[in-house]
Amino acid sequence: MIQEARQYRTGLAVIGSGLAGFAASVFALQRGIRTAQVGNTGAIAYTTGYLDLLGWHGDRLLDNPWSGLATLRQEEPDHPLSRISDQDIRDAFFGFTQALSEMGVDYTPPGDRNLLGLTPAGTRKPTLCMPRTMVAGIAAAAAGDRTLILDIAGLDGFSARELVANAGASWPNLRSRRIIFPGVDAGVRVFPEVMARALEAPAHRQQLAGIIRSVAGDAKYIGLPAILGIHRPDRVHRDLERLTGFTLFEIPTMPPAVPGIRLREMFEQAFPARGLTLVPQQKVKSLELGKTTARLHLNDSYGKVEIEAETVILATGRFLSGGLAADRHRVRETLLGIPVSQPESRDHWYREDYFDLRGHPINRCGIRVDEAFRPISESGRPISERLFAAGILLGGQDWIRQRCGAGVAIASAYRAVSFAAGCL
Amino acid sequence: MNGIHIGECETFETEVLIIGGGVTGTGVMRDLALRGIHCLLIDRRDLNAGASGGNHGLLHSGGRYASADWETAAECRQEGEILKRVATECIEDCGGLFVAVAGDDPGFAEQFPEHCRNAGIPCQSLSRAEAREREPGLTERLIAAYRVPDATVDPFRITLENVNHAQRLTGSVYLPHTKVTAFEIESGQIRAALCQDTRTGAARRILARQVVNAGGAWSMEVAGMAGCRDVNLLYSKGTLLISNTRLSRGVINRLRPPGDGDILVPGGTISLLGTTSDTVTGLQGIRPTVAEVERNLDQGIAMLPGLATTRFIRAFSGVRPLVQAAEGIQDGRQASRGFTLFDHESQGLENFATITGGKLTTFRLMAERTGDLVASRLGNQESCKTALEPLPTGDGVRWTKPGFSARYWYQRQDPTDAVLCECEMVPQSAIDAILETAPGAEKPMELQAIGLRSRVGKGACQGAFCSLRVTSYLYDLGHYDSNEGLVRAREFVSERFRGVRPVLWGEQLPQMELAEALHCSLMGLDRLDDLASGLGSVPGVGQE
Ligand SMILES: Cc1cc2nc3c(=O)[nH]c(=O)nc-3n(C[C@H](O)[C@H](O)[C@H](O)COP(=O)(O)OP(=O)(O)OC[C@H]3O[C@@H](n4cnc5c(N)ncnc54)[C@H](O)[C@@H]3O)c2cc1C
Ligand SMILES: Cc1cc2nc3c(=O)[nH]c(=O)nc-3n(C[C@H](O)[C@H](O)[C@H](O)COP(=O)(O)OP(=O)(O)OC[C@H]3O[C@@H](n4cnc5c(N)ncnc54)[C@H](O)[C@@H]3O)c2cc1C
Repeated sequence: MIQEARQYRTGLAVIGSGLAGFAASVFALQRGIRTAQVGNTGAIAYTTGYLDLLGWHGDRLLDNPWSGLATLRQEEPDHPLSRISDQDIRDAFFGFTQALSEMGVDYTPPGDRNLLGLTPAGTRKPTLCMPRTMVAGIAAAAAGDRTLILDIAGLDGFSARELVANAGASWPNLRSRRIIFPGVDAGVRVFPEVMARALEAPAHRQQLAGIIRSVAGDAKYIGLPAILGIHRPDRVHRDLERLTGFTLFEIPTMPPAVPGIRLREMFEQAFPARGLTLVPQQKVKSLELGKTTARLHLNDSYGKVEIEAETVILATGRFLSGGLAADRHRVRETLLGIPVSQPESRDHWYREDYFDLRGHPINRCGIRVDEAFRPISESGRPISERLFAAGILLGGQDWIRQRCGAGVAIASAYRAVSFAAGCL
Repeated sequence: MNGIHIGECETFETEVLIIGGGVTGTGVMRDLALRGIHCLLIDRRDLNAGASGGNHGLLHSGGRYASADWETAAECRQEGEILKRVATECIEDCGGLFVAVAGDDPGFAEQFPEHCRNAGIPCQSLSRAEAREREPGLTERLIAAYRVPDATVDPFRITLENVNHAQRLTGSVYLPHTKVTAFEIESGQIRAALCQDTRTGAARRILARQVVNAGGAWSMEVAGMAGCRDVNLLYSKGTLLISNTRLSRGVINRLRPPGDGDILVPGGTISLLGTTSDTVTGLQGIRPTVAEVERNLDQGIAMLPGLATTRFIRAFSGVRPLVQAAEGIQDGRQASRGFTLFDHESQGLENFATITGGKLTTFRLMAERTGDLVASRLGNQESCKTALEPLPTGDGVRWTKPGFSARYWYQRQDPTDAVLCECEMVPQSAIDAILETAPGAEKPMELQAIGLRSRVGKGACQGAFCSLRVTSYLYDLGHYDSNEGLVRAREFVSERFRGVRPVLWGEQLPQMELAEALHCSLMGLDRLDDLASGLGSVPGVGQE
């Protein structure tokens, strides 16, 4: 039996479920555009939860990312962020964090300065917005207040002692302590996601609060790995603060980490409820660009799916997510074979020194877009009037070294959606 | 034996100072210890920092040299047989094939059995079908195949076992990060070696009755420090590729005059393809290049077509010290693979010897000859015992073999034994065993040293995750109270990167991207210095 493909028609099809893809859907919904989003779980589960705009430029740790952007525009005019105005970037971050907060994960709005978020190693990360559950750590660190960092027996890659050894130099009242997660045998391996789900239940919170109270000593703040719930982190957080009487904050863990899983699960619940067609966990197999519409082909667990869309946003990420791939000789874009700007040979992809502060040339390779964020061909003309691109698939940036991953994703998605809206 | 501090300089005393912690130096250490002699072994870095940690791991049957150099071939055969008896734990007796493919010189192939016979190497002719049944990955375009008793050897394990045994026998001592920089010489005798701790810069003085230079490719430099001009080496750089799967049952050699990419050596769960051979003029900045990787692959694919789609996780390079006997040999592949023991008497020294050249396969014999000379100089009557006495094994030295930790962990079934390296399944208890009992490393042991004594950092992720996990564990154990642990982790992944860089394509590229995101975006290892110094100066950050 040949199965009929299920067909959807939509105004906008978003390809990719990373930050850029989700942000594009958020902005499309805010504009009332009929949207379908397809993408398998991508790098979002890797994120710390911090939304970076621009943390480093050249040799400078940016206290103020906005003045950093001004320099960036002069020195790197091809950087995707150089092509978006401050106002649009600010609006994008406001719109996105507001949407997150409404859907159930409260985020800080974009400010004028970077926040220095804690990392699991106790180093600091310049970032623009963060989940509310992490915020108290900033104040505690800035004031050098009495703080106890807890880690959990059996949770690897998160050592409170390590964090204190590294952050302690500028934070004298920092202590560490290991606890056993309630209901777990000492030393057995535990996973952040499992603990976070457990803490959705009030009984587990009670038990954890008891443990925290028993070890807290004279601490004012308590820092923990990010495990405070999946679906209602702010409620879990508030409840634990109430039960313990301490100010609590979360610290990101090694991936796959809870803050990213929260976002993914939140979108997967909230989007269909708001009328968006979401085809999660699937890859678009091919994409045909026609004169008036584009057609996406894919399979889900029930069979073939075809999506006919008036506009498409490509947000398929880089190597890790499969938007780019390379053989021994060249880098290519995987879905349409869009030209990728790149160094002339593999010998130039990476520098000799891993930590070379200039970053590796391969991280700047990517597809090029025109003023309207449409991918362009070798000749510089858009590949299609209805195809737009967003996220770290775009060339000319180094999100890893510049700490601009979410910034590029959110701001370019914002622009791509507004141009796509113009075609509808 | 402890160092005595005299002013700024720590002084050590021993009967025999051995310079170089490769397979040769550690072999000499064990040989002498078996004769009851106390030794002090030093290495400027750590065990296997030189060619012994950067080779193919092939225990040569001798077939490779049968056609050009039957003496070396016969030596390899004989030593291979001995090592298979006394170092069973370190060797996988997997056998090997020599194969010629369409385009190779059939005349060369035809003479192979006779050349093997001359060197005493068992050699059995196989039909094309037999060869491909044994090694299904072989090309259909075979024109000849012979079976020989090649085997593979884990050089890391051998070195660790040598040191371990010597320590137990005579309380001999190994000092890592100790570089000899000069000698004090008095009336034909070296009185002391002046050394520097390469980590701290501290000076060390080592008093010894005899000094052995087993500095491998650096032995010419070390001999020069003692004023000896008789060691004349040619440096031949070789580059290899590692895949994290086993691609063949046994060793596969290309049957033709030695060239790039013509040997595939399996070992446990991995395989090594190589090697190039390029004469280099110095020992600085030796690292594998993209061009060398491409040469190995292009050649290897002719023999094993599947290599075109194999995932390689790393490349590495080593330098072969080839002793220049005759003037004017410029090509490393033509120079002899034999070894030379210099007694340096012609240079006016009575208690100094240099042992260099040779092969991993012949290290025992090299150590025996050196041991004979040194023992007789010391008036020691004991004879060499290494040909008969098996290498004992120990808890701290078992972890270098691919696949071993995984088996160990599954058998142990202890849910509280966290796996710190998931690619290679290295559990916390293995790290504990290494920290407690592995021979000779600084206390506390650093990530680099742990990596050398285990599979940490050697799997598909090349240390992306395990470097951080093991570092956290070391922090938990209280090894560090500053950012030193992160500095070490950064050194470790930087070193790994040198080998990863030339094989970054296909599936390794996403892996690398994730690693860099982890190390830089998440952990901030790229900005450790700025973060350490600059943090305080960022005023009252943020609006919260
Ligand atoms: C370890 C780690 C830590 C990070 N930490 C931070 C941080 O602290 N702050 C920050 O701002 N950013 C961080 N990031 C970056 C961030 O997660 C995003 O990678 C970035 O913001 C860009 O997102 P993107 O949507 O462009 O690409 P990606 O997140 O890579 O998403 C691409 C998506 O496209 C999908 N896709 C690919 N091909 C197809 C196809 N054919 N069909 C359908 N879908 C497809 C993928 O499955 C994936 O879902 C981190 C990333 C990593 C890996
Ligand atoms: C690419 C390649 C592939 C090979 N494949 C094989 C093979 O398959 N089979 C085989 O049998 N052989 C093989 N060999 C040869 C074999 O690896 C070497 O013969 C053997 O490892 C040499 O050991 P060594 O101890 O003499 O020297 P090394 O292992 O180089 O040891 C010398 C040591 O001296 C130390 N040192 C140097 N200077 C100083 C100083 N000033 N103070 C203190 N210490 C110092 C160095 O750090 C180093 O650790 C190969 C070699 C190469 C390069």
